[in-house]
Amino acid sequence: MANTLDQLVDQVRENRIWRSIFRSGTGESNLHKSLFVQQNVFLHLFSIKARKRTLEFSATWYLGALTFGTFMILVITGVLLMLYYHPSVPQAYADMKDLQYVVSSGVFLRNLHRWSAHAMVFLVFAHMFKVFYRGAYRTPREFNWIIGVVLLLVTLLLSYTGYLLPWDQLAFWAVTVGSNIASAVPLMGAKIRFLMLGGTAVNANALLRFYVLHCVILPLAAILFIAVHFWRIRKDGGIYAGDHSSEGSNQ
Amino acid sequence: MSTPKDFLAVVDSDARKTPRRIAFITKRTSPQVRVKDEDRVMTYPEVFFRATVAIETLAIALVITALLWDAPLEGLADPMHTPNPAKAPWYFLGLQEMLHYFPPVVAGVLVPGLVVMALIIIPYFNINIEAEGMWVKDKARRLRIFGIVVVLFCIFLAVFHVWVALVPTLIMAALMYMAAQTDPQTATGYRRSLVSKPLSFWIMTWFLFELVVLTVIGTFFRGPGWSWVLPWKGAL
Repeated sequence: MANTLDQLVDQVRENRIWRSIFRSGTGESNLHKSLFVQQNVFLHLFSIKARKRTLEFSATWYLGALTFGTFMILVITGVLLMLYYHPSVPQAYADMKDLQYVVSSGVFLRNLHRWSAHAMVFLVFAHMFKVFYRGAYRTPREFNWIIGVVLLLVTLLLSYTGYLLPWDQLAFWAVTVGSNIASAVPLMGAKIRFLMLGGTAVNANALLRFYVLHCVILPLAAILFIAVHFWRIRKDGGIYAGDHSSEGSNQ
Repeated sequence: MSTPKDFLAVVDSDARKTPRRIAFITKRTSPQVRVKDEDRVMTYPEVFFRATVAIETLAIALVITALLWDAPLEGLADPMHTPNPAKAPWYFLGLQEMLHYFPPVVAGVLVPGLVVMALIIIPYFNINIEAEGMWVKDKARRLRIFGIVVVLFCIFLAVFHVWVALVPTLIMAALMYMAAQTDPQTATGYRRSLVSKPLSFWIMTWFLFELVVLTVIGTFFRGPGWSWVLPWKGAL
């Protein structure tokens, strides 16, 4: 049984159309495993081999991977939520009620999006402190640390802009508190606040701006910087292994 | 001639190892060789498999959370009706707590600006790659500077009545002083590890401590008019 299944899988993988898409072909050799990573536009951000020590749980607690996991959950649930959401006042709030009472699994979708968002903010912070205490930010990884700081800020902005979208009391006043801080910037505080809200108070324009930022601009920025972040891991010699004596064997 | 099917040619692609490095040791360099060969695994499937398992475990945990607890949803936004207290999202409550003591330009602009600047500087700030302990060299002078900085900063916090930030600062200062008074030769356990910590470690740990304390206070211990409350009891 297992044999016929294997044969079937092999047949599919040797098929001309399959081979035109995935060129690494069939086979279990390390060459094939290397090509699998190298010849895929997304996977080739990663190196072909990794030091075994860096895979131990204690090395990273997998915090970077988990952060990326929450981001993927957020993209999927976020796109589904967009199907039920209008960024207008007061329809936005009515859509929340629809999610609650009309849409199948609407509550679950919103719950998952919200808890994953909190988890992502927490994990980004945890990841940063773990990297710091490991000393993994030091040469040659300085620049990737800075990309990480940028990603921290993008994450906070994503979470903050998303906070307004339900258009309930919690959302409205949390964003009012935040936008008042922006107006404390010397000289151009009021201008920054106006640019941020599209007006002098949190209103329908602000909701639309936050929606565009939350659903288009910031996710694109996040994806871009995540790609650079992953690619730099490979370019900087793989995940930090714990001491500088092994740094000589970079790829 | 037909090709026999009953054997399989396997090419060990590891036959060619990573190129060997040859070091020429001249008179003035140390002949100590620190680079060693390490066990490596293939990214596919080993690393991807582990990452996938980790992410799926988290996904299951989040799905269970989403099934058990509903996301908060209050009434329709009403600009005429301010809730008391109006709180920012939890990750900004540390800042909002600061806003209670300092003018907005300090708490809302200067402090976060400096934090981001400091985070960017960190990898360049740590100039000695060996990350030498803060008190290993030049102890007397460093203790003097440390003392002055701590006293001035504590006076600053006391003037603004920021006791919630003062207490963690004093605890960290006490730990640093203890590390300074520890003899690295005879110390054991955690005291030994504290002696070896560089300045960047102390600053980051102080920052983490303050961040946690202020965020927890802002989230759980602040009520109407930003007064003290107990999360299980209501207003004090």
